Amino acid sequence: MQEITGLFKIAEILRAILGRFLSDPQLVDICMSLINIGSIFTIISLTAVVLVYAERKVSAFMQRRSGPNRVGPGGTLQTVADMVKLMAKEDIMPAGADKWMWMLAPILLFIPAAAVFVVFPFDNKAIFADLNIGVFYFIAMSSQSVLPFLMAGWASNNKYSLVGGMRTVAQMLSYEVPMVLSILGIVMLAGSMRMSTIVAAQQHTWFILLQPIAFVVYVITATAEINRAPFDLVEGESEIVAGPFTEYTGMRWALFFLAEYANLLAVSVIATTLFLGGWNGPWLPGWVWFFLKVGGMVFLFMWFRWTFPRLRIDQLMSFGWKVLLPLALLNIIVTGIGMYIYEFFS
Amino acid sequence: MNELIYTAAFYIFAAITVAAAFGVVTKTNLVHSALLLALCFIGVSGLYVLLQADFLAAVQILIYNGAIAIVFVLGTMLTRRSSWHGTNDTEVNIPSRVVIFVSGLFVVVTLGVIATTPWHYSSGVIVEDTPSLLAQLILTDYMVVMEAAAVLLLAAMIGAIVLAKGVEE
Repeated sequence: MQEITGLFKIAEILRAILGRFLSDPQLVDICMSLINIGSIFTIISLTAVVLVYAERKVSAFMQRRSGPNRVGPGGTLQTVADMVKLMAKEDIMPAGADKWMWMLAPILLFIPAAAVFVVFPFDNKAIFADLNIGVFYFIAMSSQSVLPFLMAGWASNNKYSLVGGMRTVAQMLSYEVPMVLSILGIVMLAGSMRMSTIVAAQQHTWFILLQPIAFVVYVITATAEINRAPFDLVEGESEIVAGPFTEYTGMRWALFFLAEYANLLAVSVIATTLFLGGWNGPWLPGWVWFFLKVGGMVFLFMWFRWTFPRLRIDQLMSFGWKVLLPLALLNIIVTGIGMYIYEFFS
Repeated sequence: MNELIYTAAFYIFAAITVAAAFGVVTKTNLVHSALLLALCFIGVSGLYVLLQADFLAAVQILIYNGAIAIVFVLGTMLTRRSSWHGTNDTEVNIPSRVVIFVSGLFVVVTLGVIATTPWHYSSGVIVEDTPSLLAQLILTDYMVVMEAAAVLLLAAMIGAIVLAKGVEE
């Protein structure tokens, strides 16, 4: 019997406390589910606040500036002030917009961004739903963010928004293919799509050591999937104003950013879980390792953003189809042959 | 309690699917129809989840809803006009008597088959690990069908490339 530690222990303590007040164990289960959902949403919304501040500080560091430093100690309250400002802003709807679609798009964009957090193993046993198709569920859900972008772009009735929406489809659909194929190598090695099994398989060797090509392909395609520089053609400020967000103000615009940073966290969590051994690590408790690794991945993505210049759309497409896709396919073939050779010798 | 939730979920998903499908054919705006089709597919995938076919549900969301974006783009590019009202010509689309007769016959026959079929519960056990079982079946019993589908897709892809490349002059 394994010792109960970390986040799962907190859940057990909460369950014991609830058990004293509620007689029905089913009611305790429902309460625990609500608490879990609440904590996931708390993580998502806090992440957006923290990551916006982190991004501004990292970009300042890269460009030898000091970044936000006026509101609160070291500028830490800058994002909070920005959020308050956004909430107070006037909600302007463009006259020619398709009303319902325009209003629904930012909300619909947030649903898949939040839904993927269900299958993330934050610590040993600290996973909301350990589906046996965990990785596949992540891929299916994250692919759903294409449509809300396109809805926002089309419904704004603005040429820049529409161009941005069209670019989303081209970019996200083409980079999804190599992304799925790069993850397939991991699934082959672990022999399962269940998140907890994949993490358990990395107890001794992280998959980044066995699948370095897959890791590189994954990081590149993930950057493209979440529309961050150098793949931020969807919003490309210097070309199409702000793409699909052009016509949005106040809280609706903030929802787009909330979804963007939730997606950034999500792809970092997936990189940590699939390639960097998840919560496995010596000495420190599992969730500390988990958040250290996720933080490292987030920093890597921010580093990309402030280092590389933006690609052109034709370069983007040819890079995706002519370089990343063959590389990912080759990786699968090599992984398959390698697994047979390994089995043959052991 | 669980039974009640299950039944409620079934009727909610079924209502979403049917209502969305009805919207697809009655909406006059092509883009709205495409989006309602996406909602309809999500309802169907919810029904798959209730049938314990979680892998199929994820495939449904990934493949079918992914394709909706393409339908959306094609619809936008092919029918671009100043007013979007009437891009999905429902008002002028008066069905002929033959069409009404054939579709009515189809409905009657389908309902008749559903009503007269002696439905029975399968005695097989519920499969927990669907992906590996599906993989086993696809790569053994249904190998030929899968290869045929692969060849068909390859042919379609080559056709698309040839069309996109255009004629050399």
